[in-house]
Amino acid sequence: MARAITPQRKALNTALAWGVGLLIFFPILWTILTSFKTEAQAISDPPVFLFFDWTLENYSVVQERSDYGRFLWNSIIIAGGSTLLGILIAVPAAWSMAFVPSKRTKDILLWMLSTKMLPAVGVLYPIYLIFIKMGLLDTKLGLVIVLMLINLPIIVWMLYTYFKEIPGEILEAARMDGAGLREEVLFILTPMAIPGIASTLLLNVILAWNEAFWTLNLTAAKAAPLTAFIASYSSPEGLFYAKLSAASTMAIAPILILGWFSQKQLVSGLTFGAVK
Amino acid sequence: MSTQPQQPAQEMALGATVPKAAAQPATADHQAGTRHARTAARLMMAPAVILLLGWMLVPLTMTLYFSFKKFLPLRGGDLGWVGFDNYVRFVSSSAFWPSVQATLVIVGGVLAITVVLGVLLAILLNQPMWGRGVVRILVIAPFFVMPTVSALVWKNMFMDPVNGLLAHVWRAFGAEPLVWLTEASTQSIILIVSWQWLPFATLILLTAIQSLDREQLEAAEMDGAPPLSRFAYITLPHLSRAITVVVLIQTIFLLSIFAEIFVTTQGAFGTKTLTYLIFQRVLESQNIGLGSAGGVYAIILANIVAIFLMRIVGKNLDA
Amino acid sequence: MFARHALSAATAVSLLAAGGASAETITIATVNNGDMIRMQGLTDDFTEKTGHEVEWVTLEENVLRQRVTTDITTKGGQFDVMTIGMYETPIWGKNGWLVPLDDLPADYDADDILPAMRGGLSVDGTLYAAPFYGESSMIMYRTDLMEQAGLEMPEAPTWDFVAEAARAMTDKDAGIYGICLRGKAGWGENMAFLTATANAFGARWFDENWQPQFDQPEWKETLEFYVNLMNDAGPPGASNNGFNENLSLFQQGKCGMWIDATVAASFVTNPEDSTVADKVGFALAPDTGKGKRGNWLWAWALAIPAGTQKEDAAKEFIQWATSKEYIELVAENEGWANVPPGARSSLYENPNYKDIPFAKMTLESILSADPTNPTVDPVPYVGVQFAAIPEFAGIAGQVGQEFAAALAGQQSVDEALAKAQALTTDEMEAAGY
Repeated sequence: MARAITPQRKALNTALAWGVGLLIFFPILWTILTSFKTEAQAISDPPVFLFFDWTLENYSVVQERSDYGRFLWNSIIIAGGSTLLGILIAVPAAWSMAFVPSKRTKDILLWMLSTKMLPAVGVLYPIYLIFIKMGLLDTKLGLVIVLMLINLPIIVWMLYTYFKEIPGEILEAARMDGAGLREEVLFILTPMAIPGIASTLLLNVILAWNEAFWTLNLTAAKAAPLTAFIASYSSPEGLFYAKLSAASTMAIAPILILGWFSQKQLVSGLTFGAVK
Repeated sequence: MSTQPQQPAQEMALGATVPKAAAQPATADHQAGTRHARTAARLMMAPAVILLLGWMLVPLTMTLYFSFKKFLPLRGGDLGWVGFDNYVRFVSSSAFWPSVQATLVIVGGVLAITVVLGVLLAILLNQPMWGRGVVRILVIAPFFVMPTVSALVWKNMFMDPVNGLLAHVWRAFGAEPLVWLTEASTQSIILIVSWQWLPFATLILLTAIQSLDREQLEAAEMDGAPPLSRFAYITLPHLSRAITVVVLIQTIFLLSIFAEIFVTTQGAFGTKTLTYLIFQRVLESQNIGLGSAGGVYAIILANIVAIFLMRIVGKNLDA
Repeated sequence: MFARHALSAATAVSLLAAGGASAETITIATVNNGDMIRMQGLTDDFTEKTGHEVEWVTLEENVLRQRVTTDITTKGGQFDVMTIGMYETPIWGKNGWLVPLDDLPADYDADDILPAMRGGLSVDGTLYAAPFYGESSMIMYRTDLMEQAGLEMPEAPTWDFVAEAARAMTDKDAGIYGICLRGKAGWGENMAFLTATANAFGARWFDENWQPQFDQPEWKETLEFYVNLMNDAGPPGASNNGFNENLSLFQQGKCGMWIDATVAASFVTNPEDSTVADKVGFALAPDTGKGKRGNWLWAWALAIPAGTQKEDAAKEFIQWATSKEYIELVAENEGWANVPPGARSSLYENPNYKDIPFAKMTLESILSADPTNPTVDPVPYVGVQFAAIPEFAGIAGQVGQEFAAALAGQQSVDEALAKAQALTTDEMEAAGY
């Protein structure tokens, strides 16, 4: 910092930022708090904030009804698998776009993004029929493929923007030293792009984790991830705020924790080439 | 973090008029190398391009095929070709234009809110303060929440007119609680979706703002430029590229929002977007032909938006 | 919890060893209603008896419907047993998509199924889905509030009385609303209630030539009555309230009356969930003196999609879940008030069940519903709160949104009816009527 900032100013910033931060975070906090209340406390008037009888009952009820572990495992495999597969396919494509650009590169990139605009609902019927033919219904593999395809454009684009920022001179030097394509990608580009790849990975795990249309419609019992888990807790009969909160907390906790621990990587990489 | 080695690249990208290939010495030897590289590049691009082409073409072809059929699964399935009947019926339905309007209002509203608040929030988070890391965690948290969960939480625990927290707040001030999902249905959906996407916008804009040249700002301050004009003439132009990215990426996701509407209003009270209308045709009315025709319209709308975006992006985002 | 699982796993293993290839794992799609959740909790009993394992897909009603409909129309074969309603069963059965349940063993006693339920789940006399529980609609009211208002609920009230009582019971400052009715858009939500109510007002969906009837005065009378009543005596945000929302309001003591599914009776009288459990009375759904009562008929039933590889195991499951023994099993575990109601005649002859306060009214309501002759004027369709044609769900979904907007005051009753008439005409044309 070139100039000193008065402590008052800093205090004001802090207060304001914390206020806004807590406001934005509040719905999540409230959900987590509610999950530890009884159903009656969850709707009490006036609402209770912290001073209630904390209980784990909702969690045990939810766990007894649905086998959380299985849904969680499916979510992990599907989100992780689709992201890894996507990166595997996207790295070479992004590399070639960044380092051997042609007149069409930008068009191809934007075309790829435009495939994401296909309304999923409109093609449910055709995709369902294809899945039946290929025996992919209610399999993790089927969802890994679909989610990979859905997120591939984003992955390609993110990687492309990172690769593009790698100075060409380094490649030049490597080529002079007789490095082949493979060495170039493996030993020079990939290490330099690791922060970028890491944040691509994180962003896509989040996107795949939260995808709720295909994961719900193409699964039954075996491959159903947490999005299906939560679908059995929305508006059941009677009082349900506390149980809904518990189920919600269980559904978002893993990705929230992952996101918090890796937020530095995510933040530093999440630029989409916007920073110059 | 490898920010240091990236500096030259950023400079080069800044002067983007110099293409990378041209920076290479143009000897015959290298030209051969370039040709070799081009072939390799095509091969490397092939898997991604072919997969996406398949992912686009196969459903698209099937959608087109169904859209010219009278296809009612509950009445025996394929009932023959009907020409453009489905297309005519889809647009002439009283729900069509309102749905296009709802789509544009929701997408536009969310974009406006997330960009404006995102810029303000990014500026705030860029100020010196205590506990910035924690604040950043708080701010990005909504991005990790599944759309279904956030819609359920907002609908039940906040917007419910009897037991919702907002109703309690309203009553505490002696006001009649607002029936959010009825009286302000579109605004409520915009609010929910904006809450989910504000972190994304803020993050990208924050990264961009951090790369802003402090000295330039300080020089302007020395010259006596008031904060507002410093913002308008230095910060905002610097952010234009980041804003473009935010708008582009969010538009892609927002055009197809579904869970938020399915969980909250189910398309009632003017919140029926084009996506939701297609859902109703395909799944509620079980009219695959009509729904497919709607799908084709949605693709057309998406492409209009895409072309529009590409114009801006083309200017702002030179590849 | 863990001990029970371990035990059942051990049993399953021993049965597998003994039974060999006959043990299967069947996938069952069901709705997340209380009775089904209970069934899910009792799965171990089924596994013990038959050796078959069950995988549950429990979904919220709208998601479930979307999921099973996609699967059955594409013959996806994802489920061995599906939970469907009285609306889907005849349509799917007619298309040959369901396995007929005409060969159930004698000890299952299929003749014990209430005739109204049996009729609604059959096509040409063949049963295609077995009712897990059945329901009609009736009035649930707060006896204490009724007394406070100085009124007495007759056993078979008229709509005029209900409206008068609702207005008298309302005390908005105290958070008491005289009447809670469905307002949330949806063919199974507000349209179920409004279609049934319209029957009592002499209205109908279609005339005998399949012409939509929303331009007729009876519909206008129905909708105006409903909107005015809800504005005066309904809870705020009624246009977002469906069955679940109203149930929760009633359990919290915020509703004076609630006209809805008879199955709700056991929830509102359950002291564990309801703050007003000991103050609830029951009456038949109201009429207007035109000869029809606005009480519907519905069943959640279990059906087997044609083409499943595990038909035998699926049938065994259905027999287990809809049997007399299952009812006794629930009674043993959860008490008689919580057994799935409305499916079997024998339940209502059971001396243990006769003491349940809502048993008599439930049975009377079910018996008085008449799906084959639901309206004052003749109609070409079957169904009280729906018309059993494939197009109904789609049309009523959209009409429901127009009516919900009218309830919310976003458009007038006349506008809503005009839009309903136009879109129904359009959809019926598209379907080729």
